[in-house]
Amino acid sequence: MDLFYLAISATFVNNILLAQYLGHCPFLGVSKRLGTAIGMAAAIIFVTILSAIFTWIVFTFVLRPYGLEFLQTLTFILIIASLVQLVEIILKKKSKALYNALGVYLALITTNCAVMGVALLVARKELAFVEMLVFASASALGYAVALLLFAGHRERLQISAIPQSMQGTAIALVTAGIMSLAFIGFKGMAG
Amino acid sequence: MTQNLKLTLTAGLWKRVPPFRLVLGLCPALAITTSAVNGLGMGLALAFVVTMSNGIISALRNVIPGKVRIASYIVIIATLVSIVEILMKAYFFPLSEQLGIYIPLIVVNCIVLGRAEGFASKNPPLPSMVDGVSIGLGYTISLTLIGTIREVLGAGSWFGHAVFHESFEPLSFMVSAPGAFVTIGVLLGLQNLFSRWRGEKFIQG
Repeated sequence: MDLFYLAISATFVNNILLAQYLGHCPFLGVSKRLGTAIGMAAAIIFVTILSAIFTWIVFTFVLRPYGLEFLQTLTFILIIASLVQLVEIILKKKSKALYNALGVYLALITTNCAVMGVALLVARKELAFVEMLVFASASALGYAVALLLFAGHRERLQISAIPQSMQGTAIALVTAGIMSLAFIGFKGMAG
Repeated sequence: MTQNLKLTLTAGLWKRVPPFRLVLGLCPALAITTSAVNGLGMGLALAFVVTMSNGIISALRNVIPGKVRIASYIVIIATLVSIVEILMKAYFFPLSEQLGIYIPLIVVNCIVLGRAEGFASKNPPLPSMVDGVSIGLGYTISLTLIGTIREVLGAGSWFGHAVFHESFEPLSFMVSAPGAFVTIGVLLGLQNLFSRWRGEKFIQG
């Protein structure tokens, strides 16, 4: 039951995009069309879970036993960067279709703070393996949900009459604010 | 030469000011600006990292092979961020607790990597460091401004000092998540309005 609460809280209440403010560069960059947003969301889910697993292993079995927590930032970013490269190479060889769908987004993900953020949050909360898996999947899912909802909004925004100065990023941010207000409503569901 | 340096120095304060003109580094701008102090601290931490990383990367620009340059930049930046993280824990512990994971997340802040790739890899160390200072200062000023607006309206104080009469009812909306998005969105709109009024060419759209 605790795991269930953890999942709900990570997906909705502490939504990584709208409540923790992580991963905004792709959020604003690729959310103009629903199609690209779906590709990005899939790539994020994939990489977040993978990198959470690898960083958890390194943190629990190498960094903590030897008192090397201060190297956390450096190791995490290196793990994520090499993991993304590796995934890119493997996908290119093994699954052309998947590579064509995710390829462009994979390269961008290295500098996505959502991936690094989830890894850091896991280390900070000192979660056990199963909890980590649930937390990472739920967070990534929450990101995907928010990104897709937002992309839908932005497609509508493009055909509505908006004052010239507010067009583009400005109105997108205000819209995100209203969405985030709606997500606050989930607070009653899980602590 | 000095003319160029001056241009580079002022560019970060208006022409390229992040996160408004250069729409990069939004995550910390949204997350930690619940008070002016946090904004200032985050801004200065980033200013240090971007100045040093620009200097180092530009000094090494002829040594780093082109193919692995991004990876090398990331290692340099991550090292600097670790230094900042440890220093902040030692000397500004309460602030570092407030900023939380957003300090290590400077590594993936697009501003630092963006300036490394866009400026430092093509220019000598001195102009690169000037560019870092200018972008860093611009970011610090922006974050302090956002923090000020949110703290004054959301908590009725500025840098921890009360600014309103006791009867003021703080708008807790401003210090929670939605307030961050709306504040930055409105500021961005105002900045666009001002640029259009001055007849400047649009950079961000």
